[in-house]
Amino acid sequence: MRVGVVTFPGSLDDRDAQRAVRLAGGEPVALWHGDHDLQGVDAIILPGGFSYGDYLRAGAIASFSPIMTEVVDAANKGVPVLGICNGFQMLAEARLIPGAHTRNAHQQFIRRDQRLRVENARTDWTNGFTEGQEITIPLKNADGRFIADAETIRRIEGEGQVAFRYLGVNPNGSMDDIAGVTNERGNVVGLMPHPEHATEPGFGPDTPEAMSSGIDGLTFFTSVIERALAR
Amino acid sequence: MSIDNKPAEQIDVRPEGHAPDTVANAAATPDREQPYGALGLKADEYASIREILGRRPTSGELAMYSVMWSEHCSYKSSKIYLRQFGQKVTPAMKKNLMVGMGENAGVVDVGGGWAVTFKVESHNHPSYIEPFQGAATGVGGIVRDIISMGARPVAVMDQLRFGAIDAPDTARVVDGVVGGISFYANCLGLPNIGGETYFDPVYQGNPLVNALSVGVLRHEDLHLANARGVGNKVVLFGARTGGDGIGGASILASDTFSSGGPTKRPAVQVGDPFAEKVLIECCLELFRDELVEGIQDLGAAGISCATSELASNGDGGMFIELDKVLLRDPSLTAEEILMSESQERMMAVVEPSKLDAFLAVTAKWDVETSVLGEVTDTGRLVIDWHGEEIVNVEPRTVAVDGPVYERPVAYPTWIDALQADTASSLPRPTGNSVLREQFLELLGSANLSDKSWITNQYDTYVLGNTALSFPDDGGMIRVDEESGLGFAIATDANGRYCQLDPKQGARLALAEAYRNVAVTGAVPAAVTDCLNFGSPENPEVMWQFSQTVEGLADGCLELEIPVTGGNVSFYNQTGTVPIHPTPVVGVLGVIQDVAKRVPSGWQDEGDNIYLLGTTALELDGSAWAGVIHDHLGGRPPAVDLDAEKQLAQLLAAGADQSLLAAAHDLSDGGLAQALAESVMRFGVGARVWLGELLERDGIDTATALFSESTGRVIVSVPREDDVRFRGLCEGRGYPVARIGVTDAASESLEIQDVFTVSIDELRSTHRATLPKRFGATIPQ
Repeated sequence: MRVGVVTFPGSLDDRDAQRAVRLAGGEPVALWHGDHDLQGVDAIILPGGFSYGDYLRAGAIASFSPIMTEVVDAANKGVPVLGICNGFQMLAEARLIPGAHTRNAHQQFIRRDQRLRVENARTDWTNGFTEGQEITIPLKNADGRFIADAETIRRIEGEGQVAFRYLGVNPNGSMDDIAGVTNERGNVVGLMPHPEHATEPGFGPDTPEAMSSGIDGLTFFTSVIERALAR
Repeated sequence: MSIDNKPAEQIDVRPEGHAPDTVANAAATPDREQPYGALGLKADEYASIREILGRRPTSGELAMYSVMWSEHCSYKSSKIYLRQFGQKVTPAMKKNLMVGMGENAGVVDVGGGWAVTFKVESHNHPSYIEPFQGAATGVGGIVRDIISMGARPVAVMDQLRFGAIDAPDTARVVDGVVGGISFYANCLGLPNIGGETYFDPVYQGNPLVNALSVGVLRHEDLHLANARGVGNKVVLFGARTGGDGIGGASILASDTFSSGGPTKRPAVQVGDPFAEKVLIECCLELFRDELVEGIQDLGAAGISCATSELASNGDGGMFIELDKVLLRDPSLTAEEILMSESQERMMAVVEPSKLDAFLAVTAKWDVETSVLGEVTDTGRLVIDWHGEEIVNVEPRTVAVDGPVYERPVAYPTWIDALQADTASSLPRPTGNSVLREQFLELLGSANLSDKSWITNQYDTYVLGNTALSFPDDGGMIRVDEESGLGFAIATDANGRYCQLDPKQGARLALAEAYRNVAVTGAVPAAVTDCLNFGSPENPEVMWQFSQTVEGLADGCLELEIPVTGGNVSFYNQTGTVPIHPTPVVGVLGVIQDVAKRVPSGWQDEGDNIYLLGTTALELDGSAWAGVIHDHLGGRPPAVDLDAEKQLAQLLAAGADQSLLAAAHDLSDGGLAQALAESVMRFGVGARVWLGELLERDGIDTATALFSESTGRVIVSVPREDDVRFRGLCEGRGYPVARIGVTDAASESLEIQDVFTVSIDELRSTHRATLPKRFGATIPQ
């Protein structure tokens, strides 16, 4: 299973996403934003970071990068695409998923180990979870406040397109505590927290069992790999 | 002082109009008055520039000398002292040192073919004028130093000192500084893994913003910035040059602030972390593909510094066409271009045959590039401006052979009285309720309170190698994913101790940073320092400085770890009142496998808690004296560096044998604070008894709880490892006492027969202080 990770100018967590793919048993493939070439990968990750310095709006300029033409085509054909943080913002800017993002309600960058509830365990990236499962994934963002118009919120709530919800604390003022969403087909998922930072024991969030041992994020990557193998 | 909003008075370095002041013109008009004073040069310094050149300098040359001979760039007041760091070394200390002082950053061999480079630097003055940009560009500058060694930056940490937490201006400065660091380092994708935050009225008009960065490289990737190879191209790349930061080094960092003068805001640089992130990746690709001979970052003194330093460190000659510099503002004069401290710029030396490949890499990263000139064999740095020669100097006279001062030194008139005013006259509590009250007052005091309001704004996860970060005593990063090899780093400075006795204060800062690294399980290996002081023109400040350097250099010799580089920041004062001497000491350690790291808090039920080291009545200069009694006087705690060494070896052995579940250094606030922090770290309570300790050390309860004696660490040891741990301590003869046991069910810290505080109360007390002053964000 080859999983492409696109590097944009200002991508920061691209190597972390590659490592996560490797830890999940996949083969990471580095993709460059300026190419029109997906190198035949089976799934695509748009990683976190501050592409183009968040100029204009977070993710706005990157969503016009050359490779995004191919990413949008692939997504529409059903190739699994995961957008993490800045990648989530790009997916919204590219209209692959509903909604948009603004500055955190408290106006500051925030980093914390965030509890989430899995609301949709049917997508390509979440099928290894169970619906209602509570997981802990690191979150770190400045522009993470998910917003959408009332009609869109009604629709995505009604059709199960809310993939993750913040639990305990809403860290950025997102509407309906929405942390992540999926497209109708369930192959494109975007979320603000960073699953790639909870994939390796010793470098993830603390758990009641041990310091830094949280690997709830690994399931994102094993989900997509195992579903592909099952096909 | 206050910052006013008057428009800046531009210092006009041009003789008249826009006509360039050429070398020929300077020779022909020897009597022209030049504004050397406004540029920060003294009359005798100006006279010696004239003597070196055999004529008056052109306005461009004057601009270059003024910035390069500034205190900030030339170390003219500190040089004669700093030499000790190079002299007080043994062959053993040099063994793992790949690059020592004098380069952009020191480089230490950490084994397995890996090296680590690290340095701490000040960005104090810009951060007061414009906290957000000042702090942001402080991060940017130190990271470029790391890149220029050929290393990938992998972590940052900041040492921050602000005025009193309740002073009217402090919230503005804190919010700006923290926001600037958060903005810049997060956007660079560098984990922030530690640092310090202190509040004290002495920093009210002069906050300290020090920035540290660490980089990792393979031995063969080490690069030094020098201009060798006649005919090699000199290339400027990165952001365009603008009018920001002009004279930042000479005017801001090398002079005191005075009220009523023009605003200095134009001397503060403006940062663009996106440009720097792209520059990092671009430089690493240039190094990887072996397309550059060397890369020099542009920081203080901009092009003046980069050209003269590259030339001085190389074959000695360079020719530059200054009009080829890409500008943000086309109206900039040649002098302004020479002095501009615009951020995110680098200068490379490139072989002509590799130039096309070089340009292809910079184009890939959308980094603007211009070829300015080449390396020559003339021994002169020659700069042309539209075909006319405006600079012709011997580069060493600019970059290396600046003035050196032996400033007058005077033993402070006030220090004997200060040292005589000890804390022994302060009433020590005996009643349990007062002890409990004072414990909580300390826990919630500005300097001992929880700093997560700050650290929650920093990314710790990015790069995926962070093994430890705040609130642990040291930050730790994995270097090699295969072997688990890593480094730990911690910094420390206690300005109150240094005010009482600067030499002892420096040794204490070194000892604490060393201990903070040792408790993580790493073996201390090297030192960097950022020496923050008042005006060197004040003989009492010079005495403090000389004492500090001597204390630090001797201390490093005793601990056998070399100083690899650092920075001096003078003129930190408001009016005539200098800050407390604040030598920030950073210690880097090596750990063979980060999986064996030790955190600072209890993790499991039923572990034994041991106190290593002994406690004496040492409350002079302590947090207790400051917070409870608003007192500063007496002599700081004694420090025994031999004992610190033994302790570090004991901790390293304990960590290596996986005997330690937790280890936490005792420092500000003493045992009580350390116990509270260890409980709060993972929310695991403890029962502690002091009886044996009081008897053995002959001390009272207040002393046991609040004294700041050195050489002490609390560790928790799983029951099954108890015998082996005790054996380890006995074998090494280090004082040890079992003082408690972890008790998760109690959900509290119980100090038997003294007081019990629930974890909820500990946390609410500890966490309330910063949000109360700076505004709540979200619940923890």
